[in-house]
Amino acid sequence: MRKICVNTMKLVLPAISENERMARTQVCALVSTLNPTVTELGDVRCALSEAVTNAIVHGYGTPDGVTDDKLLYIAVTLYADRSLKISVRDHGRGIPDVKAAREPLFTTDSSGDRSGMGFSVMEAFCDRVEVLSKVGEGTKVTLYKTLA
Amino acid sequence: MLQETAFVKTRVQAGVLECALCGEVDHHSARALREKLDTELFLHRPRLFLLSLEHISFMDSSGLGLILGRLNVARELACEMRLVKVSDRIRSILSLAGASRLEGLIIEEESL
Repeated sequence: MRKICVNTMKLVLPAISENERMARTQVCALVSTLNPTVTELGDVRCALSEAVTNAIVHGYGTPDGVTDDKLLYIAVTLYADRSLKISVRDHGRGIPDVKAAREPLFTTDSSGDRSGMGFSVMEAFCDRVEVLSKVGEGTKVTLYKTLA
Repeated sequence: MLQETAFVKTRVQAGVLECALCGEVDHHSARALREKLDTELFLHRPRLFLLSLEHISFMDSSGLGLILGRLNVARELACEMRLVKVSDRIRSILSLAGASRLEGLIIEEESL
């Protein structure tokens, strides 16, 4: 059966770290219209933050300013059955080995302050996490969650 | 810098350094928070470092990295580190790092 969509949002933001917060605020404003519990909204806020941070840090190597070619494409779809889908896409480096990248504690950061728990958090707070990536073309992470 | 979204409040007394993380702890804010906490740790060389999480309005895995990283710094300085006022949400993120790494790290409310 085809799902009935009740609302959508598309957000394009430059991949600067200031926009991690902006993305959370905007996406959660839309998700709030489904009257989620505090916990559910917190789950979405945190999982989205991980996906956006990954795109900025790993996709684009943490750009130090706004450019036209380093953009985050975020799409949110809300459905009548209270499920939602949030995708975060970048046109960055891509992930050579998605399976390895999804392992807990996997990190390419050697300076020591990235926990390597981004995908683990997304998986813990969502029903399903889908990752499509191609080296040199970019990555699309899709988060699926059904609210109570 | 468009906007400060997080900051650290500090209190030092009798060899105890108390820092409270305040605001939204994410990848964006984590760098400044890390620099501030490390500065305080190296400046005061406390025997006990209490990190309060009570005033954190948002935290993701960047906060987890920040906390685990400070645990390593404290260890290097032979300083005990404890977390206080840990909400259920933050606890659920911390627990992803594995129970063994958190053992004895969190001061529970009852024992305060």
